[in-house]
Amino acid sequence: MPISFFILLSLFFVGAIGSLLLRKDDSAANIWSSFFAIAGSLWGLLFSVAIIISEHTLVFVIDNAPLSLLSLSFNIDLLSAFFIFVISLIALFTSVYAIGYVRHYYQKYNIGDLGFFYNFFILGILLVLTASNGIFFLIGWEIMSVASFFGVIYDRNNQENIKAGFLYLVMTYIGTAFITVAFLLLYKFIGSFDFATIKSGVGLLPIGVKNIIFFAALIGFGFKAGIIPLHTWLPAAHPAAPSHISALMSGVMIKTGIFMMIRLFLDILQPIPIWWGVVVLIIGMTSSLLGVLYALTEHDIKRLLAYHSIENIGIILLGLGSALIFSSLGMPALVLLSLVAALFHTLNHAIFKSLLFLGAGSVINQMHTRNMEEYGGLIKYMPQTAFFFLIGSMAISALPPFNGFFSEWLTYQALFQGIAMLGSSIRWLFILAVSVLAFTGGLALACFVKAFGSIFLARPRSMEVAHAKESPRSMLIGMGALAMLSFLFGIFSSQTVSLLEKIGRSFDMLKKIPETILAPNNQSMMIKNGFASVSSLTFLLSLVVALIFVTVIINLIINRRQKIKIGATWNCGTDLTPRMEITSTGFARSIILIFKGILKPSIQHTIDYSDSESRYLPKTRTVSLGVGDVYKSYLYQPITTMITGLSLRVKNIQSGNTNIYVLYILIALLVSLFSIL
Amino acid sequence: MIIIIWAIQIILTPLVSPLCVGVINKIKARLQNRKGASIFQPYRDLWKLLHKDEIISRDASWIFRVAPLIVFSITLVIGTSIPFFTSFLTNTLTGDMLLIVYALAIGTFFLALGGLDVGSAFGGFGSSREMTLSALAEGGFIFSFLTVALINGTTNIFTIVNADIFVHGRYLLPTLLAFGGFLVVLLAETARFPFDNPATHLELTMIHEAMILEYSGKKLALMEWATFNKLFIFLALSVNLFFPIGLAHTAGIITISAGIIIFMIKIFLGVLFITLLESSMAKFRFFRLPDLLLISFILNAIAIGLIR
Repeated sequence: MPISFFILLSLFFVGAIGSLLLRKDDSAANIWSSFFAIAGSLWGLLFSVAIIISEHTLVFVIDNAPLSLLSLSFNIDLLSAFFIFVISLIALFTSVYAIGYVRHYYQKYNIGDLGFFYNFFILGILLVLTASNGIFFLIGWEIMSVASFFGVIYDRNNQENIKAGFLYLVMTYIGTAFITVAFLLLYKFIGSFDFATIKSGVGLLPIGVKNIIFFAALIGFGFKAGIIPLHTWLPAAHPAAPSHISALMSGVMIKTGIFMMIRLFLDILQPIPIWWGVVVLIIGMTSSLLGVLYALTEHDIKRLLAYHSIENIGIILLGLGSALIFSSLGMPALVLLSLVAALFHTLNHAIFKSLLFLGAGSVINQMHTRNMEEYGGLIKYMPQTAFFFLIGSMAISALPPFNGFFSEWLTYQALFQGIAMLGSSIRWLFILAVSVLAFTGGLALACFVKAFGSIFLARPRSMEVAHAKESPRSMLIGMGALAMLSFLFGIFSSQTVSLLEKIGRSFDMLKKIPETILAPNNQSMMIKNGFASVSSLTFLLSLVVALIFVTVIINLIINRRQKIKIGATWNCGTDLTPRMEITSTGFARSIILIFKGILKPSIQHTIDYSDSESRYLPKTRTVSLGVGDVYKSYLYQPITTMITGLSLRVKNIQSGNTNIYVLYILIALLVSLFSIL
Repeated sequence: MIIIIWAIQIILTPLVSPLCVGVINKIKARLQNRKGASIFQPYRDLWKLLHKDEIISRDASWIFRVAPLIVFSITLVIGTSIPFFTSFLTNTLTGDMLLIVYALAIGTFFLALGGLDVGSAFGGFGSSREMTLSALAEGGFIFSFLTVALINGTTNIFTIVNADIFVHGRYLLPTLLAFGGFLVVLLAETARFPFDNPATHLELTMIHEAMILEYSGKKLALMEWATFNKLFIFLALSVNLFFPIGLAHTAGIITISAGIIIFMIKIFLGVLFITLLESSMAKFRFFRLPDLLLISFILNAIAIGLIR
């Protein structure tokens, strides 16, 4: 089995190196890198499914490590295998998509480089998921971060992208610094970087240090996961990258943060105090609600999707947070339920978010702008893309029978169990979490009506639309397959959940649960003792039957000789112009005004008068609407000011006066003398 | 017997829902000292619309054409997912409250997309307002369901109505609070006063009518009918979830007929409530509506807090 894992790594490695060697020839490099990425992903799918089915944990070490503390040790358990499955599944279709998508970069940028970083990016994620040594893990983490950084700045002629890439790099390194602190603390008290040794020696940690490690890990991995307020890089970097890379970043890379949180908090550092779970749950609430509110304010299609990633990370954290709380309270059955909800939403979000990013990429490819206000009516020019995007929108808005509904349903049920089972103060937290999830669902629906409506419906709002053509076949295959998966994972949600339950049971504390909490049978998903049950297949069938029935009755029986005339939209008799349609900014304006306490919208009027003296006849009028960046002004700006101020103070030491330096030497000498004595 | 009951259950929603609207309009007319149209007028309207030719905007895509079918079919599916007049039927497959909430959201989703599709100014702002309200109503909606779910220990609506909540008198207060919260959601989701005026085509105030302005002929009929169905579904939910009394407990012809009659009386009381409300108060300003929805949400949160 280790051999098959090395085949997996080497496929991506060969894809990366070969693509770099072929950098002279654009199309050869593209085909080479995509071919190996596809082959690698297929192999990854087989490999992870084999591990999940055999329930066999794969542990092995490569002996001849150059340094004593760094051992190239791998530990592929069911949780790793599940995440390998997710990355392989998404990478498979983004790679197929890339064959067609990358073409528009030909002659503009070097395709060989892109293939190199793309393959290395996936390779880095695989190392992160499988490494079982702290230092080795950090190496994988770096490969992943740096490769994705080069993805972000790939379109380097645009100054914005360089800025976004730089922001991403800085934020990533701050995060990595926190992670390193966590590992170093573990090393200091346990004496090893090896995860298995850390886990067995976790009792040696004093509780204070354990809490510091929790915060360091939460912040460090939170940066990658994009929790609010550590998210600022996400809406900048995801739009900048080429769409197949943003799909991977948003669909998979940010989940590595979640993966490590699950691994550390639910496995390695157990048992944990209850407030850890409370903190994670609160972070989940703020991220999901604020994420969707910021998404509503956006009219840049990819930034909108990036904010929805934050929202969905929040929903996953709602599941994870309740799992942590239940684990501290010793309720393993409910831990399992919440964990399965979190894992299922991880899988589902990866599928529909990458689908939406690929759809956005196809649209941007034709329109050459990310501004949704300049789209409109694209459904007539790109019908298939529109259809796939519609499916993605329905899945992310948690509409049945698509997959997003079923993982949100499980998350709801986990929270309901918390309300039903727990004592007063924690209970209110769960009540709050349910309300956040409910509002998030409603707002996400509004946001995707806005997104789909302003991209694909109504009349074109710019000339560019008329030149839009449907995307090439490989891109359509990539999107279509993901749309299909989104549907299938909804229909076969109960079967998927029973597999996920198996993964959940591989955790030490969940091994001993006798009864099945989810009791899925072939028709429906069910929470124990009949608290709730739902069947996707029945819902779909009844909907289809109703649709057919209504169509037949209406069209064939009641009204057979009906004529349909095509006319113009009625607009009070005036000429129809695109300016009569609602814009995406206008669509969300009322929600923004309702939440103005949180969002701090700004409005600026600039009026240019024909005669500045009389100020009666305005020549031009501009209104600019914006949403204030609260995090920049209240969190990051003060920190920057503080650091700059501190640096200025420290500078005073260096006065340039030689006598002062002699004094420093004297003090240093005295101090070292005293310390020796 | 069970098959017959299910058949009644399935056809009840589309069959009775226009009557509810007819009754509302009739009582409203009487309260305004008008004679008013017959209570069967909505049926005639639907029949007339179904036989008319259609005119469709040239800007419309297939979304506009399929939206009425989906919006209408969803209400039929939900009509089978909630209990009307019996308590002994079970539906563990689609009878889950979250499924009902999100299935209704499918209808809202396509209704709003249909409004946007033709690119008229009216459709656009109608969709925007509808989505704003339905997003804010979601919290109160789920919470009022959750209250009764927690009282009964299940989120399956068929199981909920099977339990007689008045046996445990201590749950009376949370139930009433949740009922109050649910009524607000009902008015918001079914586009009634004080959220929306179903009788107006005045551009400043309309929400629901703005979205379906471009529809004509049978598509308009389906849209209207779906609105009737939605009203009926919400009324049925409000009377059965919070006051599950008078439902048929056994499958006999007499009990079933009694169940249907009692159910109709309960629906009539709901209809009366809506009519009196509409005749006695004005529509709220749009930006006052979130306050109302927040009240519904808070009522429900208190209700949940009281359950112990």
